[in-house]
Amino acid sequence: MNQISTLARVFGFLSLLTVGGGMAAFPEMKRLTVDVHQWLTFPQLVHIYSVGQMAPGPNMMMIVVIGQWAAGLAGALVTLIAFFGPTALLAYVVGRVWKRLETWPWRRSIQEGLAPVSIGLLLAGCFTMARGAIFGLETGAIAVGTLLILLQYKVNPALLVVAGAAIGVISFLPK
Amino acid sequence: MRASSASASATASVWEIFIAFLTIGATSFGGVVPYLRDGLVTKRGWIDDKEFVEMLSISQSLPGLNATNMAILVGQKLQGGTGAMAAIFGICLPGGLLMYACGVFYHLHGDHAWTTAALKGVAAAAVGLILYTVVNLSQKSLSRKFDFVFMAATVLAVNRLHWSVPRALLIVGALAILFHRPGRMKANLPE
Repeated sequence: MNQISTLARVFGFLSLLTVGGGMAAFPEMKRLTVDVHQWLTFPQLVHIYSVGQMAPGPNMMMIVVIGQWAAGLAGALVTLIAFFGPTALLAYVVGRVWKRLETWPWRRSIQEGLAPVSIGLLLAGCFTMARGAIFGLETGAIAVGTLLILLQYKVNPALLVVAGAAIGVISFLPK
Repeated sequence: MRASSASASATASVWEIFIAFLTIGATSFGGVVPYLRDGLVTKRGWIDDKEFVEMLSISQSLPGLNATNMAILVGQKLQGGTGAMAAIFGICLPGGLLMYACGVFYHLHGDHAWTTAALKGVAAAAVGLILYTVVNLSQKSLSRKFDFVFMAATVLAVNRLHWSVPRALLIVGALAILFHRPGRMKANLPE
């Protein structure tokens, strides 16, 4: 029961940090779920986040796994509601007043000002994750290869993650 | 008011909204935005392109994922609060069930040699994918060179100074918003 309310608090908080994308909350998610509450290890967090990139739908559904490991099915449901509830409510309210804000000069300032900060948060999350994902030539090559292919060709990113899995099996399976 | 004949009259029942977003939630491998556009604008004509772009820009400026924020905004436009609930529930359900199953599987087989080897490759590819998102967003939404200073400051604050994400967001965010304050739109440099 205690675990459930902690999950609700942690993911409700993380929810509000996802400015620009789920990755923005990643450094704080690592601190809270791995270091503070120890629901999972850092490599596990990196793994389930990455597996989540192959799933359809919103790309942070991996939070379900953290909730499940911490407190079973109820934990998964609470995590889901806590993580999507607050921002859903905010989007609902802002969606209703957005038209009226159109003439408010600060609206554009906020949008333009938050853009570089949210991209910075995304990059910071990426670096945090790279510490658990990139270790050596093979993994570095997979990451850079994925980036270059996506910049150059119109490929479905999920396919490249699947390809990464195949390369992983070839490179890292003990002979 | 905008003259958008295609969408001004668009109607959809709560059930239709749920099914539409459930379909997008079940098929949108590799990023939801193109699937949202295809399903909502092209196939169903519930919103027009201009509304789509506007809703996407709201979604991006707010906390929350694009996928779920878009579901709320479109669901709300079509059927108010119930529509919004149906849309977000639909778009989350397939991925949520799938990840739940993945969690069970990982717990059982997560330390098998095959799984760990595959996961190393998957995680590395995911890093490449996020880097691509960063490059892509920078090209699309950074209007001025000085924006890269705010971007770098955010990265340094979080990764080097170990600021918490909310602190970085509040401090660097406030500075960036002030820099972009009304009336300074034409300036290219702060001084």
